[in-house]
Amino acid sequence: MIAVLQAVARRDLLLASRRRVEMLLPLGFFIVAASLFPIGVGPEPQTLRQIGPGVVWVCALLAAMLSVTQMFAGDLQDGSLEQMLRSPEPLVAIVAGKVLAHWLTTGLPLVLAAPLIGLLFGMQAAAIGALAGTLLLGTPILSLLGAVGAALTLGLRSGAALVFLLVLPLTVPALIFGTGAVVAIDSGLPAQAHFSLLGALLIFTLLGAPPATAAALRISLD
Amino acid sequence: MATRLTTFAAPSRFYALAGRAIPWCWAATLLFGLAGLWVGFGIAPTDFQQGDAYRIIFIHVPAAWMSMVIYLVMAFWAALGWAFNTRMSAMYARALAPTGALMTVIALWTGALWGKPTWGTWWVWDARLTSEFILLLMYGGYIALTEAIDDPRRAANAGALLALVGAVNVPVIYFSVRWWNTLHQGSSISMTAAPKMASTMLTAMLLMTVCFWAYSFAVVFTRARAIVLEQEGDTDWVRALARTTTSEGRP
Repeated sequence: MIAVLQAVARRDLLLASRRRVEMLLPLGFFIVAASLFPIGVGPEPQTLRQIGPGVVWVCALLAAMLSVTQMFAGDLQDGSLEQMLRSPEPLVAIVAGKVLAHWLTTGLPLVLAAPLIGLLFGMQAAAIGALAGTLLLGTPILSLLGAVGAALTLGLRSGAALVFLLVLPLTVPALIFGTGAVVAIDSGLPAQAHFSLLGALLIFTLLGAPPATAAALRISLD
Repeated sequence: MATRLTTFAAPSRFYALAGRAIPWCWAATLLFGLAGLWVGFGIAPTDFQQGDAYRIIFIHVPAAWMSMVIYLVMAFWAALGWAFNTRMSAMYARALAPTGALMTVIALWTGALWGKPTWGTWWVWDARLTSEFILLLMYGGYIALTEAIDDPRRAANAGALLALVGAVNVPVIYFSVRWWNTLHQGSSISMTAAPKMASTMLTAMLLMTVCFWAYSFAVVFTRARAIVLEQEGDTDWVRALARTTTSEGRP
């Protein structure tokens, strides 16, 4: 099962590495969207510091949803998704491999770019560290939940827009705990509870989302 | 037992039964609605703190209850339909969604109308308001997904999965939102610490709740009958039905 997961993840990473610019698009969106906020809200340092964590998190949510529709779209087009569904290997492992590859190609770059955005918003070093930490725990949740939405809307005309409507309400807890931790650190409070809850949410999603995605793929390709 | 239950799962039986039940549901809606409004707006005393503005709760509270109950009922039918592949369950789930969304809108709208004179603002990001709003988004997602899929079977199953994922997440969302709000600010406005209600107010609210239930049954049955006709259009009994109604001169 682990071997299947690794093989699928390696294949998706290889495919992504052949289209490098496409892979970096969510990151570009993330940076552009986040840097629009200071221009829109105004350059007041106090305001920027206050909205920084929320803006980074919301932009990460949107960037993840933007890229998640591509998780199964290519495989649906060339027919390899049907072969994956027919294969004797457990579909959950295949789904987990694809989610892992998606996170490595889009989630991880967001985590790495977040400190840079934090600097743009004038956040303090401790808060920036907390921001990167929460995103490290939070972006896998986004990839996992996004996979369910992508599988449900597979091949639909309005699939890309639907994913936003379907998945974003479900990501509210991750957003709350993620930004809560940064705000707590920024005001000198312990953020352990936030991190624990975010970790619990990650485990809960890790257990629930891959089977749901597998079921959704079966429904969509029935 | 099992055979008797599944006989009512046949769309043709449902169609006939619901057709007979709908007038009764409407009668109950009218009866309890008029009684509830009369007690609520005529008899119940004016609140000494909130004045007459509080009377909107006779519509607001039943609507908020229905919005939550309907989501759970929808998830229940969706799960049943997905697990046992019964056509009727999926049709119930689809028929319930718009009514649930309507109830959520009514609850939010009347809440805003109540909040303006009482709190001085149309909207606060209170935990309950926020989770009710997220519930509306989830209804919207369900309706959008089932409408976007052309194949009725796939639409039903995909909707069922979404409703189930949503139902699992509802408590997580509710408690996280509650925590978020208490974290940001002390709860300056508490809706739970209401003074003990006068018994006439409670009577009015219960009457209105029965009215909302009856209304939901009536509307959902009507919508489910329409969905049955749409999806079973090529079966013999629907064709026979169409023949008899056209021969009687009713198009």
